[in-house]
Amino acid sequence: MIKNISNLGDAAVYCDFGDEVNKEINSKVINYFQSLKDRKFEGITNLTPSYNKLIVSFDLSITNFKKTKKIIENLEIKKNHIISKKKIQIPVCCEEEYALDLKKLENKLNKPIGEILETFFSKEYFCYMTGFIAGMPFLGDIDKNLHAKRLKTPRVKVPKGSIGLTEQFCNIYTFESPGGWNIIGNTPFNVFDSLNEDNPNLINPGDTVSFIKINKEIYKNYNE
Amino acid sequence: MSESFFKVIRAGINTTFQDLGRNNLNHFGIPISGVMDKRNYIIANKILHNVPSHPIIEFAYQGPRLVYHGEPLNISVSGDVKFKIFKNNNEIEGKCYETITLEDYDEIDLISTNKSVYGYLAIGADLCIDYQWKSCSINTKANIGSNNGKKLQDNQKIEVSKIKELSRRKLDHIDSKIENLRVIKGTNFHYFSKESQAKFFKKEYSVTKLTDRMGMRLEGERLDNIINTNIKSEGLVKGVIQIPADGNPIIMLADHGTIGGYPKIATVISADFDKLSQLTPGSKIKFKEVNLKDAETIFKLYEMETNNIISKIL
Repeated sequence: MIKNISNLGDAAVYCDFGDEVNKEINSKVINYFQSLKDRKFEGITNLTPSYNKLIVSFDLSITNFKKTKKIIENLEIKKNHIISKKKIQIPVCCEEEYALDLKKLENKLNKPIGEILETFFSKEYFCYMTGFIAGMPFLGDIDKNLHAKRLKTPRVKVPKGSIGLTEQFCNIYTFESPGGWNIIGNTPFNVFDSLNEDNPNLINPGDTVSFIKINKEIYKNYNE
Repeated sequence: MSESFFKVIRAGINTTFQDLGRNNLNHFGIPISGVMDKRNYIIANKILHNVPSHPIIEFAYQGPRLVYHGEPLNISVSGDVKFKIFKNNNEIEGKCYETITLEDYDEIDLISTNKSVYGYLAIGADLCIDYQWKSCSINTKANIGSNNGKKLQDNQKIEVSKIKELSRRKLDHIDSKIENLRVIKGTNFHYFSKESQAKFFKKEYSVTKLTDRMGMRLEGERLDNIINTNIKSEGLVKGVIQIPADGNPIIMLADHGTIGGYPKIATVISADFDKLSQLTPGSKIKFKEVNLKDAETIFKLYEMETNNIISKIL
């Protein structure tokens, strides 16, 4: 199932499931991730699943690459893991002050703003992974007509709650952070809660997200 | 017994509570965090007979100035740190790697780190601070950890309890520096032209000011990518060297983003993490290739060396 296993530095195993990004490959990654997580192997310090890769970090004082690779190769994979499959609705305000790159997208995509938003809001999105910053969901796939490259110069500060697009994906900036995605709106929802230690993320891999368009008045009242 | 505490007169540039960090949360997007220079953290705590995971005050460049109120208490400072102790009206030059006893109204001024970035102030008592995911380590970007996830502020209090016995301990130790950073080739090494691959190991790179607990940006000869300047976003680990489109390396440090989309040219070996984090802006370094087997051996030696240093504490 894993196409290739190699080392990433001296304290991590890099599991490559392929180059493509789709739900099938991603669910293989998640199956391995869950199976390793459930077993709680000594010395493994982190599991980082992404679209089509899984990185297994370990404590070099306790174990090493060879031993950890063996664990992964001999791992019994329980299929049909009960992974998160929630449907989550996220309100988004796309008025000018929050939609920092919508005007530029109009040119990039050669489509009127109305059509861009209509296309974006008409679909549900699958959560492939969370990370980069705490709780940030990587969602897909957005309509082919909305595929845009990253900003040439990334922003030093993307406001908290921003909804960004790039290529076939969209995301939510859970904190103010640097970033290069095209910002089309902002949500008043808190997507990460560090006080909830068991389940800090509102959106988890396997969940489905739909975005609901709201106006500025509703957005501002939510914050109050 | 009355309450014992430090009051922060001056917080310093980036002063945080740290320990060994928090594991197994990368999948939520939460990095390990923890001390930048683990060896100096371990030594400072060992001098005070603290357990290996005891919380510590980490500071960068300019440290805090603190006034102490309460029962006599031992502290120790590690790293290459210039500091002073004020007792009554006497000013005493501080010495790293030894116990110092503070009494009511004594002050400590951690003035600066010499040709290094991080210094540590260990305290021979329990710190009354919060834990998140079993770690006090502060991640200021995500506001996770003790002190509401924020760096220390002027005028705040740091309460202590269970003050330890006041033994006298010291260590003769000077931190060594590095010029070569040892690395293992990365998963995207072939993304770079043959010429750039050679340059990466031959040319000098300098550390820039755009360096913090998240990452270190370097500057040097541009590395040309011949395949793609982006990869499909995937996990990162500490020490990974990413090369974004501008061709300059970025090394991931303790508070790094858990996922990234730039090609990985190499990864710094674990044995060099402590010294890597102490490189100041302007420092020049060269990358030197080692294989996995050698990296593992070098790490074992580094651990032995740390244990040898600790065993010399008298």
